[in-house]
Amino acid sequence: MAEAATSVQEHKKTDETALITGSEAIAVACKLADVDVITAYPIRPYDTVMQYVAKLVANGEMDCEYIVAEGEHSQFEIVKHASACGARVFCGSSGVGWMYAMEALTVTPALRIPMIAMVGNRALDDPGAFGVEHNDALAVRDLGWQLVWVNSPQEALDTALIAYRVSEDRRIFLPCAISCDGAFLTHSQALVQIPAQEKVDAFLPRYNRADLLLHPDNPITVAPQGNEDWVMEIRRQNFAAMERTAGVIREAYADFERIFGRPYGNPFFEEYKTEDADIVLMGMGTLSTPVRVAIRQMREKGKKVGLVRMRWFRPFAAEELANCLSRFSAVGVIDRDYSFGSPYMGGVLAGEVRNALYPSPGRKPPVLGFICGLGGREVTVPDVEKMVESVYRAAEGKSQPLTQWVGLRE
Amino acid sequence: MGRLFAIEIIYRGIFQKTLAKNISRAIVLAAHEEGKPGISFGRYGDSPERNGIPAKNFAIVATDDVTLEEGMAKYEPKEVDITIAVDDTLCKGVESWAWYGLQPVNRLLKPGGTLIVTSREKPETIITMSHRKEYPYQLAIMTGTVSFSGLWAYKDDHTDVRILGIISRVLPDLFTLKSVQKVIMEVWKDPIKVQSAAKAFDRTSSITVRPDQGNPEVPYKFDLPKWHEMGEGIAIPSIPAGGAFEDPETRAVGGFRPDRNPTFKKYTTRTMRPVINFDTCIKCTLCWLQCPDSCFDVTPDHLYDANMLACCGCGVCEAVCPVKECVTMVNETEFADNASQWEMWKKDKKGYEAWLQSKIAGRRERSHGFRYRGQYEEQIPEMLNIASEG
Repeated sequence: MAEAATSVQEHKKTDETALITGSEAIAVACKLADVDVITAYPIRPYDTVMQYVAKLVANGEMDCEYIVAEGEHSQFEIVKHASACGARVFCGSSGVGWMYAMEALTVTPALRIPMIAMVGNRALDDPGAFGVEHNDALAVRDLGWQLVWVNSPQEALDTALIAYRVSEDRRIFLPCAISCDGAFLTHSQALVQIPAQEKVDAFLPRYNRADLLLHPDNPITVAPQGNEDWVMEIRRQNFAAMERTAGVIREAYADFERIFGRPYGNPFFEEYKTEDADIVLMGMGTLSTPVRVAIRQMREKGKKVGLVRMRWFRPFAAEELANCLSRFSAVGVIDRDYSFGSPYMGGVLAGEVRNALYPSPGRKPPVLGFICGLGGREVTVPDVEKMVESVYRAAEGKSQPLTQWVGLRE
Repeated sequence: MGRLFAIEIIYRGIFQKTLAKNISRAIVLAAHEEGKPGISFGRYGDSPERNGIPAKNFAIVATDDVTLEEGMAKYEPKEVDITIAVDDTLCKGVESWAWYGLQPVNRLLKPGGTLIVTSREKPETIITMSHRKEYPYQLAIMTGTVSFSGLWAYKDDHTDVRILGIISRVLPDLFTLKSVQKVIMEVWKDPIKVQSAAKAFDRTSSITVRPDQGNPEVPYKFDLPKWHEMGEGIAIPSIPAGGAFEDPETRAVGGFRPDRNPTFKKYTTRTMRPVINFDTCIKCTLCWLQCPDSCFDVTPDHLYDANMLACCGCGVCEAVCPVKECVTMVNETEFADNASQWEMWKKDKKGYEAWLQSKIAGRRERSHGFRYRGQYEEQIPEMLNIASEG
């Protein structure tokens, strides 16, 4: 008979390299962060995380309460309450599972719960596709959730650690969802540097719920019913917390670089070959890979194209982005999402970018929106070339449709 | 600008919801008979209503549409021409469940406005219960058994149309009795209700309430904190648990009194209160255990004293008490203050016994209308008498 795992294994003293998926990287981050309570409910592609966490717990590599709920609503409610009691928590979901938890997702930032969730981005039903679309995570963009997109397993691991550090900061206490594109990130293995535990311990202090701790020694009432005499003030408090996130995120990335030795530069967006670029493309998540390849190919043909990949969607670094984009003569925003009926019928990111540019005192380049790669369809190099051509025409002052569907059978 | 009329109907949640709505609607319809536009609404913050908790309905009427819009620009009127309290115990104060803080029943009345109260009490009793007002106002009593029913059953005892008749008497500029009667026929199609409205019109008189009359208590005030002064995360400190307290006679310390919310009281929900016979109490604890509002203080001598700031008057203590007439619910109009019965008993046991018996013996049955089967039927002879004699 096999011996039951009764104790947690010794922590690793040094960094090591492993070949793991984005989902596994998130699970490893949970282990490194010594998360106390994890809830799970299966839905693809998020379910890969719960499988890896279950494996870590079963192997005795990780010590946490691991609860499989009867649905996503309960899944998110359980960790919400655990967090109110002072536990470091993790959960996650995908697509319509995330939407099923929506009521719990709305109350989480309102109660200032620093919940970290992994959203394995998946198209919303119907037609029940498993592939990536960003509309699931974006559904909470107005509610006080911090939203961040990553494009590699390494970035997934690092960002999860940073997310705990930022969210559990007493100045913030807001939840954070880490978006990982289904398939391209959740199911693809890459070589990842797994940091030594002592580095993580130096970077990430214990979660201290402080004055908001729900405990018999600190008798408080959490979430009493309030009326119009209180709601605006409560919303204003969350506004203030979200205002503070940008500064705390900067602090965390600076410390991350100091302790782990891996620099991320500007935390909010990553620029690729923009120094001399005429035009840039923008996007979030793993579509950056084909875009970068396309950019290199087009540069060989003399076309100076760059990429601005948004990491943090909430908070949205509007001023900084407007400053950056003022250097280019046109911008093409690739949305792996849709916002039917929105201004110019564009995607969500395209609308946000235009919004960020409008009050900017600098140059406001024309912004074209591209809807591409929905439901997990591949964003191909020829797709990107097509977009670049259109953005160039816009840069030359030629009228272009503000929203174009690319990679569509037509 | 034309003239704006505002009327509020203060009522007990759920038990009088339909009554208040009927009055409010009929006011607007009667004014409409005379070409005046208007709106009728229940105060949103009062809903979903809780049993007996004070709530409000408003009827806003104007001589023209533009003036009406001026009135609609603020959700709740800042002043009203008429306040109608369809239960006389509401005169002790109005504390809506969502709006903390007790407010005087006559708070919104304009100078010279009229407070209409349905009651069997004398004007002096109503005046004593109501808070003082800095200027004179009128008081008109609609004599009658206070009408309680519910959401699904409506007690058609003509309270609705009698109130309308009185309004046409005290504020004829709003609408005449003729318009009221026309609306009654349109809405209820009942000629007897038309007669009831006319009788109420004929019989009603109002008296002037002077600024030196009424309850001198100043309702407590508080400031709402600014957003950065409030605690975060919708978390509020709990009320401390409370503890032992002193017997005013023996100076013995003991028992348990829970600390209570300093700004939110519950007693304006009450239409009847428990009167306790401490001499027959067997200390079984049932009233204390079952009280849904934890309103009983455990005294140092292990008796149970219902705290009158916290008691909603639900009557559960009376229902669970195993001793005959140890806990007896008595009409709230019988009491002038919220003083401790136990302290009164400790100081003067003979005097308390006499006081207790006077309250119980003279008590007029009073309830939200479902304490026992057949209660309405018992009230019918009295209601018929009021209808014929006034």
